[in-house]
Amino acid sequence: MTKYIRRAAAFCALLLVALLVNASRVQVVDSGTYDDNPANRRQAITRFDQPRGDILVDGRAVTGSRDTGEQLRHERTYRNGPLYAPVTGFASQVYGTTFLEHAEDDVLSGTDPMLAPLPLWNDITRAQNPGGKVVTTIKAAVQQAAHAGLGGKKGAVAALDPATGEVLALVSTPSYDPERLSGTSTAVTDAWAELNADPDKPMLNRALSQTYPPGSTFKVVTAAAALDAGGIDDLDAPTESPDPYTLPGTSTSLANEVEGCADASLRYAFQWSCNTVFAKLGVDTGQDALAGTAKKFGFDTPGLKIPSPVATSTFDTSMDDAQLALSAIGQYDTRATPLQMAMVSAAVAGGGSVKAPHLVDRTTTDDGDTVASSGTETLRQAMNPGTAVQLRELMTDVVEEGTGANAAIDGVTVGGKTGTAQHGIGNTGTPYAWFIAWAQKPGDAEASVAVAVVVEDAAADRSDISGGGSAAPIAKAVMEAALSGG
Amino acid sequence: MTGTAAEPTPVPAVRVPRRRGTELALLVVAVLLPVYGYCDVGLARDGSVPPGAAGYGAGLGVLALLAHLAVRLRAPYADPLLLPIAVLLNGLGLVLIYRLDLETPGDHAAPTQLVWSTVGVALFIGVVFFLRDHRVLQRYAYLSVVTALVLMIVPIFFPAVNGARIWIRIGGFSIQPGEFAKILLAVFFASYLAANRNALAYTGRTVWKFKRLQLPTGRVLGPIVAIWLLSVGVLVLERDLGTSLLFFGLFVILLYVATGRTGWIAVGLLLAAVGAFAVGSLEPHVHSRVQDWLHPFASIDAGEGPNQLAQSLFAFAAGGLLGTGLGDGHSILIGFAAKSDFILATAGEELGLTGLTAIFLLYALLVERGYRAGLALRDPFGRLLAIGLASIVALQVFVIAGGVTGLIPLTGMAMPFLAQGGSSVVTNWIIVALLIRVSDSARAQPLPRERA
Repeated sequence: MTKYIRRAAAFCALLLVALLVNASRVQVVDSGTYDDNPANRRQAITRFDQPRGDILVDGRAVTGSRDTGEQLRHERTYRNGPLYAPVTGFASQVYGTTFLEHAEDDVLSGTDPMLAPLPLWNDITRAQNPGGKVVTTIKAAVQQAAHAGLGGKKGAVAALDPATGEVLALVSTPSYDPERLSGTSTAVTDAWAELNADPDKPMLNRALSQTYPPGSTFKVVTAAAALDAGGIDDLDAPTESPDPYTLPGTSTSLANEVEGCADASLRYAFQWSCNTVFAKLGVDTGQDALAGTAKKFGFDTPGLKIPSPVATSTFDTSMDDAQLALSAIGQYDTRATPLQMAMVSAAVAGGGSVKAPHLVDRTTTDDGDTVASSGTETLRQAMNPGTAVQLRELMTDVVEEGTGANAAIDGVTVGGKTGTAQHGIGNTGTPYAWFIAWAQKPGDAEASVAVAVVVEDAAADRSDISGGGSAAPIAKAVMEAALSGG
Repeated sequence: MTGTAAEPTPVPAVRVPRRRGTELALLVVAVLLPVYGYCDVGLARDGSVPPGAAGYGAGLGVLALLAHLAVRLRAPYADPLLLPIAVLLNGLGLVLIYRLDLETPGDHAAPTQLVWSTVGVALFIGVVFFLRDHRVLQRYAYLSVVTALVLMIVPIFFPAVNGARIWIRIGGFSIQPGEFAKILLAVFFASYLAANRNALAYTGRTVWKFKRLQLPTGRVLGPIVAIWLLSVGVLVLERDLGTSLLFFGLFVILLYVATGRTGWIAVGLLLAAVGAFAVGSLEPHVHSRVQDWLHPFASIDAGEGPNQLAQSLFAFAAGGLLGTGLGDGHSILIGFAAKSDFILATAGEELGLTGLTAIFLLYALLVERGYRAGLALRDPFGRLLAIGLASIVALQVFVIAGGVTGLIPLTGMAMPFLAQGGSSVVTNWIIVALLIRVSDSARAQPLPRERA
């Protein structure tokens, strides 16, 4: 019988081995698959178990966290939600995260390994770090000025510090309160459905995610390309441009809204926004040179992150001359985000240097120890410094005695450029009024703010004056706020 | 247990050391570990030691001490590992149930479990005190089997709970009589096989000209197959597949140990295959369990959320190698039966593979000590009883642990000592008492001279 008892014992040992092997499979080998299964609530429970870190503007939190005592314990709250929604995005328990909430999620949720006191510490102890903080470059006064300026209109504002690339304001209207999407209740799903169905698209971040035809503001890029290419030496020399201008290879004739564009100088054409002069200038400069300069400003460069993702601004590179002529004045397929146009303005103000725009100054631990900080980074030189000086002169003229007079600030050097873009089939859509500008205090070595404003303006007519009418005052208010704060 | 007392000069009768001091020392550890776990739960949840820690430790300590005294008085040669393992597992079970109670404020199971543990220890002491010789049980073989059958049949007349008719509800108490039937059946099988093993081993006809594969004659086979069919039939009616599997496994193991005939294993496996196939495809309750086992995430894909098995697998996976720590897991997501059938998932999540392996090895050690007693004993009944009781523990652990970790289809059973359930914990204490008794007999018998 002893032999058979030993065999039965061996059988029991076999059962033990089977259990241990299977337990190792479930707990170690395959555990990742189980952990990541979307039906496994553990990751969500852990994620919302502690308060989410805050996003700071001017040293003050614009976000918060509410303890609900439910299974998913903490819900995101926002102070001044609609004002900062284009900056923060939302952090929802149902719909995930967007913009800064998404880009800096590791820090805010506390999972970033850099938050741990020691490397690998958390992997061993399973400790969770308190959510870190994200310190933005946004200036509350500038943000508020931009938001108030847009008022009830549809539009967007992006403001930069030309010297550093810091984003001072990022506004999109109409906006929404991201707090409505934080939790899991039916109110949240209702809000989500309502916001998505809203024809005004309040969740669309027009400053970053939407591209618009830049209209005449793109003439800054065209002028930079022409000046860099050496086609024009003297800003005051006649350009030998006909008015009207027949688009090459077609019988379509392009006209101007203003007088005196025939054979006008570049200074006059820029000041009063002569389409004929810039269309011809674009064709004369050539597609490659124009596309090259546009690319150096940041067009056709996908993947820009500030760290929120920015839609790619485009300049077509396979066009006939008629299309090139239209593209040179910011029509046809040319499209830009408000942030991109603010970068164009900042490059002119900053001697041609394009600084990497960034929204986050630094990320810190809960205690305030810096985890990562962003410094000034030069992306490219968009044009020769000499060209930049000439363009500054042209843009200053626009504000001093041209279409952008509404943006003038007493005692401050302001440069600007107006724009109006038609869109829709047969140009039936509400026109976009543009204004891009920069401002430099007397005595300062550099301009301290560059801004781009776009407004969907029902009152805008075909004239570029409208850009100066509805968008320039907003730009002025934004620049004033930036100047007084800085 | 034979080599420890080797002496150079032959002595007519050498007895092994009693090892009661070892047992007491191990018991201290077995009490302190759960107390530590209890404090750990409190520290993890509220940052403070739970107020009941001292009382809990004292209660568990007193139970362990009383059991130890009973063993010291009436079974002085008993295996010193059995009682500490039982106390440790029971204590760990109480900690895990207490920990899960924190998630269900309306339902506190730990105090009830402590009461049942006390009853279990009392019965343990009773058995150790009043059952002086295990061979007495052999006389009650037929009384055992009749009682076992009655115990299994009675619940059929009570309403089903969660699809299984295995409970009797009287007043506020619910009892699972099938748990007690396990011991009685083990006694009967051991007794019957000890009496008839020669007949079973040496008669029969050869089939397919295989000399080794001899089937026993119907005359010998008849009674035992009848008992087996009856018990399995009752269980299928009660839809308690786990216990059915346990009885079947117990029956085959004891038959093989008693006769050494591989033919029995062939017959057993054949019967098991046919039975499993028939029940698995015909009985909807069991069929769905098999489907869940094959496709644990089917309900997720169907948009109905994870089922219990999926939640159990998630819990084990969340534990990883080292576990989340007591009180820091989310095994309560399993929902219903988290404290009973799925208690192991909490252990897996919060103690990790490390803790789970330790628990498995504790069970393995318990089984091993039972087998060791079986090897050392000389009377066939005692040997078969020891093997049977140890095999009950081994099979039960395998069936339920394999079920909740997705190794085999899930069947509702209680993890011995760990799971919430009064009948189960009481039964397991009696099993350990009987193992104490047989191991005492095994180690107390004089060593044969030639081996001294």
